[in-house]
Amino acid sequence: MIVAKRPESLLAVPTHYCPGCTHGIIHRLVGEAIDELGIEGITIGVAPVGCSVLAYNYFACDMIEAAHGRAPAVATGLKRADPSNIVFSYQGDGDLASIGMAETVHAAARNENITIIFVNNAIYGMTGGQMAPTSLPGQVTQTSPYGRDVTLCGYPVKVCEMLSELDGPEYLERVAVNSVKNVRAAKKAIEKAFRNQIEGKGFSLIEVLSACPTNWGMTPQNALKWIDDKMIPYYPLGVYKDRSGKEA
Amino acid sequence: MKGNEAIAEAAIQAGCRHYFGYPITPQTEIAAYMAKRMPKINGVFLQAESEIAAINMVYGVSAAGKRVMTSSSSPGISLKGEGISYLAGSDLPALIVNVQRGGPGLGGIQPSQSDYFQATRATGHGDFHVLVLAPASVQEMASLTAKAFDLADKYSMPAMILADGTIGQMMEPVLLEAGEQKTYEKPWALTGTKKKRKHNIVTSLYLQPDELERKNFERYKRYETIEKNEPLFESYRMEDAEICVAAFGIASRVSRNAVNAARAKGIRAGMIRPITLWPFPKQAFFDAAKQVNAFLSVELSMGQMIEDVELAIRCSKPVTLVNRAGGMIPAPEQVLAAIEKAAGGENK
Repeated sequence: MIVAKRPESLLAVPTHYCPGCTHGIIHRLVGEAIDELGIEGITIGVAPVGCSVLAYNYFACDMIEAAHGRAPAVATGLKRADPSNIVFSYQGDGDLASIGMAETVHAAARNENITIIFVNNAIYGMTGGQMAPTSLPGQVTQTSPYGRDVTLCGYPVKVCEMLSELDGPEYLERVAVNSVKNVRAAKKAIEKAFRNQIEGKGFSLIEVLSACPTNWGMTPQNALKWIDDKMIPYYPLGVYKDRSGKEA
Repeated sequence: MKGNEAIAEAAIQAGCRHYFGYPITPQTEIAAYMAKRMPKINGVFLQAESEIAAINMVYGVSAAGKRVMTSSSSPGISLKGEGISYLAGSDLPALIVNVQRGGPGLGGIQPSQSDYFQATRATGHGDFHVLVLAPASVQEMASLTAKAFDLADKYSMPAMILADGTIGQMMEPVLLEAGEQKTYEKPWALTGTKKKRKHNIVTSLYLQPDELERKNFERYKRYETIEKNEPLFESYRMEDAEICVAAFGIASRVSRNAVNAARAKGIRAGMIRPITLWPFPKQAFFDAAKQVNAFLSVELSMGQMIEDVELAIRCSKPVTLVNRAGGMIPAPEQVLAAIEKAAGGENK
């Protein structure tokens, strides 16, 4: 019988995440990947500004808090300071795809040997539910109270699709954590993203479609269903780039 | 050697193996020098996508416990402001070089000292200081770079070289002394726990106001020590001076000529040249105020350091601004005329 237990690389502390939020699952998947690859002692994590700003209190490895959007640049510095360390950033959609877009694109273009966990929940959570770069057309938020009007605010940014046009990045995959099947696939992808770094293959970004029941104004169950019904059709799951995989 | 190159080579000799920058005039020679040298000494040169990315890469390397620097010029330093605040808030050492040009806005590309306020008052948001060193020669571009790295490590805080386009572009002989490098313990560095210690966290976030307040008070306690122990200045012909010129960087070179010319005319002029702008050599000016009748503040700005001079002497003597701005440099004759005018009261 398999007994579920806390990954060693996650600390036994309560988190501040809302009920029904899927950050907890994603933290766990990152923790499991670090454990299974046996890299906790050489891993350094970069926390963003956003809901996961306090992630540095939850992971047992060395951690740093970055300015809003700058996690890929901070991760670049850490990795270049000591390439034998494993460096990952954990970022939300506002952080990665809005204010930090330049850092994201250029870290990918440089094929910086880092791992990015990109949590896309289509909303700014920490500040109370404003429109994100990934909010869907028509999505109601605090700053799009009549629904995201694409004639005024433009269209959501599809990060994996966009980055896949670059020659730089090694590995780009979009996953979700709203069902057992999707969580299993997410776990595999996250582990691969870390393994790529260990093997020196370069920039790996895993986009994780994540639920925000609090700011979506839904029950946790409905939020998971909303990912299936609304998010996945707009943000199809799958591998967008796998350079070494293709060559193999 | 050019002033900018002297900074780069001195940084390497001080053990800096990581440089991140973004092209901007008039400091580009620093990046170019690093691009050539770093790959040959197993160092890292990386041209970042922006000034913002560069300073955040600096933040990452510094957090890992290594000596690191970036360089830019005025508009680029504004962009780095947020990152400098994070460095200060996380108590991380780093070297930031500002080879100043005229402002505000895109301004111009000619030499200026108009980022004095920015450097000494508010490089970024929040309560903090950075160490600010102002070289007046190519030799000092080198020696103060080494000094800045050392002070930054000693006090775990960012340091800035506040140079200007003239000193950056100027060529002078320079003696590069490797000197012995002090090493500093960095138990806070992110080096991986090796599963042998509790994790290190580098952050400037303190959500409990009393905790944030305590952090700020602790930091300012350290600043008090720095203000007491680290001010640097040069006193030139001040022994019997009645007029004191205050000037740093390129302005001090012009002023030195003017002081000599005034002396030749029998006017007892001298100069105090702040070498550290923060900590400002307050005591030197305070003491001088007991002796001299008047001060002149010679600046390549609309008058910024003059406020520190007035504060240091508690406004006990008149302080006159002698300035050019926008990339213009005061001529020795302009400074001499101001000295003569200030002396005029008693002499004639």
